[in-house]
Amino acid sequence: MSASVHDAGPASPPRMRWLSATLGAFNANKTSWVGLVIVVAVILAAAFAPLIAPHDPLEQDILSRLQPPHENYYLGTDYFGRDILSRLLYGARISLVIGVASTVIALVIGSLIGVLAGWYGGRFDVVVMQAMDILLAFPSLILGLILVAMLGPSMENITIAIALTSIPSFARIARAPTITVKERDFIEAGRALAFSDARIMARHILPNIFPEILVMGSLWLAAAIRTEASLAFIGLGVKPPIATWGGMIREGFENILDSYWLVLAPSLAILIIVFALNILGDGLRDAIDPKLKGER
Amino acid sequence: MSAPVLSVQNLQTAFRVGGQWRWAIEDLSFDVAPGETVAIVGESGSGKSVTALSIMRLVSETSGRIEGRIALDGRDLLALSEDEMRKVRGNDVAMIFQEPMTSLNPVLTVGYQISEALRYHRGLDKAAAQAEALRMLEKVRIPSAKTRFGNYPHQLSGGMRQRVMIATALACKPKLLIADEPTTALDVTIQAQILELIKTLQDEEGMSVLFITHDMGVVAEIADRVVVMWKGRKLEDAASEQVFNRPVHGYTKALLAAVPKLGDMEGHGRPLRFPAIDAANGQVKGVPTLAADTVKADEAPLLEVSGLTTRFGIRGGILGRLRGRVHAVENLSFTLQRGETLALVGESGCGKSTTGRTILRLIEPTAGTVRFQGRDVTGLGKGDLLDVRRDMQMIFQDPFASLNPRKSVGAAIAEPIVVHGLAKGSDARDRVAELMRKVGLSPDMGGRFPHEFSGGQRQRLAIARALALSPKLVVADEAVSALDVSVKAQVLNLMLDLQAEFGLAYLFISHDMAVVERVSHRVAVMYLGEIVELGTREAVFADPRHPYTRKLLSAVPVPDPARRSLRRELAVDEIPSPIRALDWKAPAQALVEVAPDHFVRQAV
Amino acid sequence: MGAFLVKRLGFAVVTLWAVLTLVFVVVRIVPGDPAQVILGDQADANAIAAMRTRLGLDAPLIEQYWTFLTGAIRGDWGVSLVTGRPVIQEILVVLPWTLELTIVSMLIGIAIGVPLGVWAAINRNRMPDYVTRIASLLGLSFPPFVSAIILLILFAIMLRWFPVISAGSGSLSAWFQAMALPALNLGLIMAAYITRVARSAMLEVMQEDYVRSARAKGVPWRVVVWRHALRNALIPIITIVGLYLGILIGNSVLTEIVFNRPGLGKLIVGALNQRDYTMLQGMMVIYTLIVVLVNIATDLTYALADPRVKLS
Repeated sequence: MSASVHDAGPASPPRMRWLSATLGAFNANKTSWVGLVIVVAVILAAAFAPLIAPHDPLEQDILSRLQPPHENYYLGTDYFGRDILSRLLYGARISLVIGVASTVIALVIGSLIGVLAGWYGGRFDVVVMQAMDILLAFPSLILGLILVAMLGPSMENITIAIALTSIPSFARIARAPTITVKERDFIEAGRALAFSDARIMARHILPNIFPEILVMGSLWLAAAIRTEASLAFIGLGVKPPIATWGGMIREGFENILDSYWLVLAPSLAILIIVFALNILGDGLRDAIDPKLKGER
Repeated sequence: MSAPVLSVQNLQTAFRVGGQWRWAIEDLSFDVAPGETVAIVGESGSGKSVTALSIMRLVSETSGRIEGRIALDGRDLLALSEDEMRKVRGNDVAMIFQEPMTSLNPVLTVGYQISEALRYHRGLDKAAAQAEALRMLEKVRIPSAKTRFGNYPHQLSGGMRQRVMIATALACKPKLLIADEPTTALDVTIQAQILELIKTLQDEEGMSVLFITHDMGVVAEIADRVVVMWKGRKLEDAASEQVFNRPVHGYTKALLAAVPKLGDMEGHGRPLRFPAIDAANGQVKGVPTLAADTVKADEAPLLEVSGLTTRFGIRGGILGRLRGRVHAVENLSFTLQRGETLALVGESGCGKSTTGRTILRLIEPTAGTVRFQGRDVTGLGKGDLLDVRRDMQMIFQDPFASLNPRKSVGAAIAEPIVVHGLAKGSDARDRVAELMRKVGLSPDMGGRFPHEFSGGQRQRLAIARALALSPKLVVADEAVSALDVSVKAQVLNLMLDLQAEFGLAYLFISHDMAVVERVSHRVAVMYLGEIVELGTREAVFADPRHPYTRKLLSAVPVPDPARRSLRRELAVDEIPSPIRALDWKAPAQALVEVAPDHFVRQAV
Repeated sequence: MGAFLVKRLGFAVVTLWAVLTLVFVVVRIVPGDPAQVILGDQADANAIAAMRTRLGLDAPLIEQYWTFLTGAIRGDWGVSLVTGRPVIQEILVVLPWTLELTIVSMLIGIAIGVPLGVWAAINRNRMPDYVTRIASLLGLSFPPFVSAIILLILFAIMLRWFPVISAGSGSLSAWFQAMALPALNLGLIMAAYITRVARSAMLEVMQEDYVRSARAKGVPWRVVVWRHALRNALIPIITIVGLYLGILIGNSVLTEIVFNRPGLGKLIVGALNQRDYTMLQGMMVIYTLIVVLVNIATDLTYALADPRVKLS
């Protein structure tokens, strides 16, 4: 029934115009493109790691331990003689999978909580958001640390821990625009037209707040990758010998005085992907924010 | 005639939009003589506000460009350096703005904000500036000025804030005051006070005033001379009396024809359509015609409201205990026939909008009943309520907020039809096309999005969507208030035509007495949540009995320059608040029939 | 104002209680017996039973909860399973280190971030704005341990301006030597956040009607920016500073590890590695206390910055 609503409107597919306008604004901002290219490049490198990587990331070569970068090992080798470049490529997979999975989980659950709280208001809103505020107030890294320590450092558990620490933020992010949109007359018109609550939320509120949530998603993905690396650096990452960027820095840190490249390569890798995601999110945010469009 | 205070010659202002310069003002010239009040009138997009900002040189330096000559006492303002210009602003020329609610800085006291100009322009020390600022507060007739001095803006009402803005502007005794729609955001009784204050201060200080407005009634009350602007150009520039009585330009004639004038309706039994206007040249075509007789007086009432009461609790303190109540709607009773327009009029906070929303049960009533087609709406469960709501629709004030920006307008109109299973597929498409034609839009526009339409077009779309379910009652909540005069007239005509075609009943909620007089059959005047007067339109307007109705009617500015000399008393009343203590008891009053079909609230 | 404060204090108490309860529940619902986890897989049943008694895990749940709550309030957080000393003492020894680090970092962040954000905003879409935006984006992209390591390599290992282990105290110069790199690390990242918020808050405020009013009055430009605009922009900035303090405390853990500086960070990592449950419980309580106090401080600052808060 609902699917045919759009059919009734003449020709041009809805949303597309708005989308192209947004893409246009995004397009105008050249730095955002740099971010997008880097992010896509990292995703491709991670996806095709087995094809690109010059060595097996777990293969130990005791004879070539702690080698500085040269033609066989472009980025040098670690304490066990493993190829840093290959470990970096495989490590990207862990970062991206945990980052994306935890962000998606947090985005879906958090937005749901935020939209429901914003829409229904009253006691429900007060109780739910107070709970979110309490969680939000607590240092998220420490919450993550404790959760991972309790659950055990597996990929699933790290994902869950990071997701749990970011749910309150997404709830807050989704609630604010829900309340703004809820006050607009077209929502009241929808109620007067006898639309159900579910329809108003799904068809009228969600499309209007989705861009904002999506932008926050891209910025939180950057934060999630940072958190995963931090956990691994503290020793609560996916268990060795599996390569993670944070774990590589942790291992390299012990030899920092003489073999600085051990920490430099993964450090730059984290920095570049997080920076690229932030540029991308920032560009998207500018593209959707009507307040910052044009200058008066 | 002495040399003008302000002489604008060949002013051109452009803004850079997307890399291109677009002219907002083209070749504008006019003078303001000492002590004179010149009004610039025009609809949105006419460039009237840009003119004011150009004179103050407050348009953005990076994205705006001003050319021509703006001479203040012979000194060209456009030739000044930014620092020299700063010394002119607030000193030689001062400005007040439309929105008193946002024009004052919320984190600084009003006393500080008034004394600021004195300190920077006159070099007064803190104590001297404060003493002078206090004198200014008294000058703009703010009661108990001493205590107000230390207040923050949020502690003052809109009218009081506009007085503070005026005090700030006049602190340095400027030669010219530019007032940009200073009363548009205010209620009509407060507007009357502020206009009177500006007139009085002008006499006392001998300054010139450049008054920017869209309201022909306000122009007639305040202006010596009128400049009519349209799309960045000046069309007419003449003495006020001449512009109103012998307009030269077609656009001015059309503008005047589209303005409803309080008292115009004497002798007309039914609502009066506005004359048609030729879009090509702006000429008035034909004469106003009476609307068809639509009221089905002999049937049972379509809507019967009795004892309707809506209150909101105000919670406060540590535990969120109930502190008081907003008595938004108190014990309201009225009926509405099929094909009838009942107007609910009153100022902000009188409960007229809450009444409309409570009838649709978008807000739950505290007490009372609403019978629609004989069925009690207040007791209905959710399913039945959705059923009844289809026959009652609503149109809103803000045409920009009433359409979902992410939905094509065709889909928006189709949505209720499809959701309620009235039609689907090509049938639904045909129905949408028909509705769009009905409201005067081409069905080809269905694929566009709301932001591609003008305000008037959007309001037509909102009407089309409301009509999609073939309702019997439409609650129009300030439906034409945000529209320009000429657009307003067309949308009102459309509403009258649709009433004739579909036998619609309107609950017409408005603050605009002149519009109400033009389109309604019966009128209910609301004050503090109660109906104080209810009767046929002729009775209420020709023979207002309640003191509040009289006050309201006398405050409405009438587009007749003969009223220029009219002076009101310098009142400082405020609109009282409907917030009451928990133990508040309504005074024993009731609507008493003072003449056939004419009721007035009185003590019993 | 009074009612506002009492309300916020009430919320603080509720927060504290909620977190304590959460801690209590989490320790008990997590898969695995804490006693088993502490003693390892090879421990025999008697040892585990003894450990359960020592942890108070054999008492009825409600009694455990009561003991836990009342103990937390009295400051009796049990003894460390590793050192055997009272948890509160262990925490109080290192707490000043973390507090002074976060406070100095915060001051650095505000001192750099606010002026930079204002500067970028009033030069919108010009060179200073572009440079500031890219720099701040880069700054907040740094995981705090990465930036710490880079500072360490640069200034401690290569240039040898500062010690590798930042634990000096006693003389002022020793204090400065120990504080400089860690505080700079945390302060610069915080400055990046504040710059962005200050910039966007200023951009928004500069478009407000009251800024136009101030200009129409002929108020000098610097007064328009610093008094009329910034005073209003302070409100969102205070919010972010308050929120950021949570992140700052988390980041201080990583910074303390890299610079080998004593503090809550090193204590919690040690407790995690050694499964020191009582210590972890105590640390959760102290973190919550800090957060709650920060929130109250934020609310107080709010009330000072915005006259409208007092009425609500």
